[in-house]
Amino acid sequence: MNPSTRHTLAVLVDNESGVLSRVARLFSGKGYNIESLAVGTTDDPAVSRITIEVMADEKQLDLLCNQLRKLICVHSVKALRPEHAIRRELVLIKVLSGDSVQRNEIIQIANIFRASIIDVSKASITLAVIGDESKTEAIQHLLTEFGILELVRTGMVALERGQYTIDEQTKMKGEFDLGKNIFRDML
Amino acid sequence: MIKNGAQILLECLGEQGVDTIFGYPGGTILNVYDEMYKMGTRFRHILTAHEQGACHAADGYARHTGKVGVCFATSGPGATNLTTGIATAYLDSSPIVAITCNVSTNLIGKDSFQEVDITGVTMPITKCNYLVRNVEQLADTVREAFAVARSGRPGPVLIDIAKDVTAQSCDYEPLAVSDHMNQGRLLSVMKRYEFKPPEPDMDDIRTLANLLNTAERPMIICGGGVVRARAHRELAEFAHRVDAPVAVTVMGAGGFSGQDPLTTGMIGMHGSQASNIAVDKCDVLVAIGCRFSDRVALKPDTFARHAKIVQIDIDRSEINKNVQTDHHIVGNARKVLRLLLPLVDEKHHDEWKQEVFSHPKETFYDEHPGSLTPGQVLNTIVKLSPSDAVVSTDVGQHQMWAIQHFHFDYPGQLLTSGGFGTMGFGLGAAIGAKVSDPDKVVIHITGDGSFRMNCHELSTVQYYGLPIITVIFNNGTLGMVHQWQTLIYGERYSQTTLDRSPDFVKLAEAYGLNGFRAASVEEFESVFAQALASDRASIIDCTIDMDEMVRPMVGGGSHITDFMIN
Repeated sequence: MNPSTRHTLAVLVDNESGVLSRVARLFSGKGYNIESLAVGTTDDPAVSRITIEVMADEKQLDLLCNQLRKLICVHSVKALRPEHAIRRELVLIKVLSGDSVQRNEIIQIANIFRASIIDVSKASITLAVIGDESKTEAIQHLLTEFGILELVRTGMVALERGQYTIDEQTKMKGEFDLGKNIFRDML
Repeated sequence: MIKNGAQILLECLGEQGVDTIFGYPGGTILNVYDEMYKMGTRFRHILTAHEQGACHAADGYARHTGKVGVCFATSGPGATNLTTGIATAYLDSSPIVAITCNVSTNLIGKDSFQEVDITGVTMPITKCNYLVRNVEQLADTVREAFAVARSGRPGPVLIDIAKDVTAQSCDYEPLAVSDHMNQGRLLSVMKRYEFKPPEPDMDDIRTLANLLNTAERPMIICGGGVVRARAHRELAEFAHRVDAPVAVTVMGAGGFSGQDPLTTGMIGMHGSQASNIAVDKCDVLVAIGCRFSDRVALKPDTFARHAKIVQIDIDRSEINKNVQTDHHIVGNARKVLRLLLPLVDEKHHDEWKQEVFSHPKETFYDEHPGSLTPGQVLNTIVKLSPSDAVVSTDVGQHQMWAIQHFHFDYPGQLLTSGGFGTMGFGLGAAIGAKVSDPDKVVIHITGDGSFRMNCHELSTVQYYGLPIITVIFNNGTLGMVHQWQTLIYGERYSQTTLDRSPDFVKLAEAYGLNGFRAASVEEFESVFAQALASDRASIIDCTIDMDEMVRPMVGGGSHITDFMIN
């Protein structure tokens, strides 16, 4: 068994009711847990883009992509390699700020992480931070000692670096290489 | 021209060449049945006793003819009664379109009378499903549904139509099936979905040909994909040119003639010794339209362990799903075989065949004087009935015995629930086959447990005058479960003994059909001949011993040659 790692899948789908449940149930039906999920329309209002993060090995990832491509509501599927993709999520964190010293410390941390302060009350500060998990987890860790009242994440969204897009690999583009032609050199 | 939703639905079925519909009416689908009534004899509607029977009949119709089967049901319980039938079709890749009506759009989501979210319920067991809330989209949706059901790897599709949509009117223009892809919704779906089978890659085919040309112990598995693609002639030519033994899966029965000298019989849990041992020893295995289910590749890591495994399948998501292959070709079985044929050399593997066929490819069951054995029943049926008789089965021991004894010659001759294992499938499927092909003899092989599940369809058999012959292997137990309890559960027969009513002969008579009982081979020969000669349906209750087993057997998860019993 190959090691399971976290993979990011970008999926273009029809922007219609029921489509998200079709995609989501495929994961549960095949026994995978969705680690993160983000959905929204694209520049084409008829098309939505779903970004899904899932723990799987390479073989399982291929099977999942092929299963997804079979759904009629799915336009295209691409597994984004971390080295070729930018991944970001937005995290809102509401922190307890007891006195002015603590408040200043929180503001300093926010500045270091380029988080924006979007709400302040007498007893709390709410920060918005954008980044991948290394950044959001780091700030979350630092803020824990002040007391996190509430935390919410949008789920990871991702795009490929460079001029390449998900449409480069639509379903019509023929065969996917699943370990085939391994004899070609041999014969 | 302006038509209402019910008319549009029926016109669209007409576009697809549908002439037979299996179904059951109810409150929400009344408008459709009303329009069908007004159309007179345009459609032949078969009213079943239960919606599940309608779905199995549509499935049997589709499996036998290769066309799309159609069934109707009303909302709520009518729709949920279809689900077992839909799942059966889904697991065996049988193309059906199930049409249900739901409550009116203003009542959807309010827990109205007989309301159920059937598109939600059937999501995991359909290729695609649709809820039509707007009459303008109805024609396009029906056209898309049929295209999806029959394209690529076939399968069931469900269309749920809100009742008010069937009453609303809009403009409808008839459109030939060949033009469906060029307009409306299908045109946009076409851009991204493969309605045409993928074109096989010629380089891949050459690789396979080279592999076969150097193989010393080649072996072929004929799966359900050969049956669905009607690729039996191509496969026969291919197997003889390569001179490779052919093992047949349950779903592949009929894809390769059971009388061909190259067949090794069934493969898998109850496969023949020849099939299972040959797969274990071969050096190149070509699996055509076979998904290596857990009943075939019982232990995936050691399956065909000495072979380069090549998978030919129309569904790319099946590649490497269960068994890791060395090479694959994505495409329709018939197309791939046609491209492959000119590239493979004519070979002779006499030594290899001698080795394979030194193991039995059929099971010989002991006969006991004075009692009736499953083998005697089946051999008599084979002897007396025409060789092209259609056979439908339910699920269990009788199913395995039937597949072991019949020599299926053409796709669609055997109707059986291989993937989902639906007890109660056989009678509905037999109805579908007999309706589509009235000139063929249709034999329904069943067990007492399975038959009881859907025997109410005897009223359908009687009303439409379908002379189906039902042969019940009555051993007073759930035979296959009983066998497992004998072999694996220390003979603790928990809830499998069926020493109970009804008397199947009296039941047949109550339905106005011929009822026979047979307890010896002579009796069976006599009553089966009477059944064949009768223009009424017959039920033959065969008394057999409850300790008869299906042999050989390999335990689930075991290596394919580790026979638990021979």
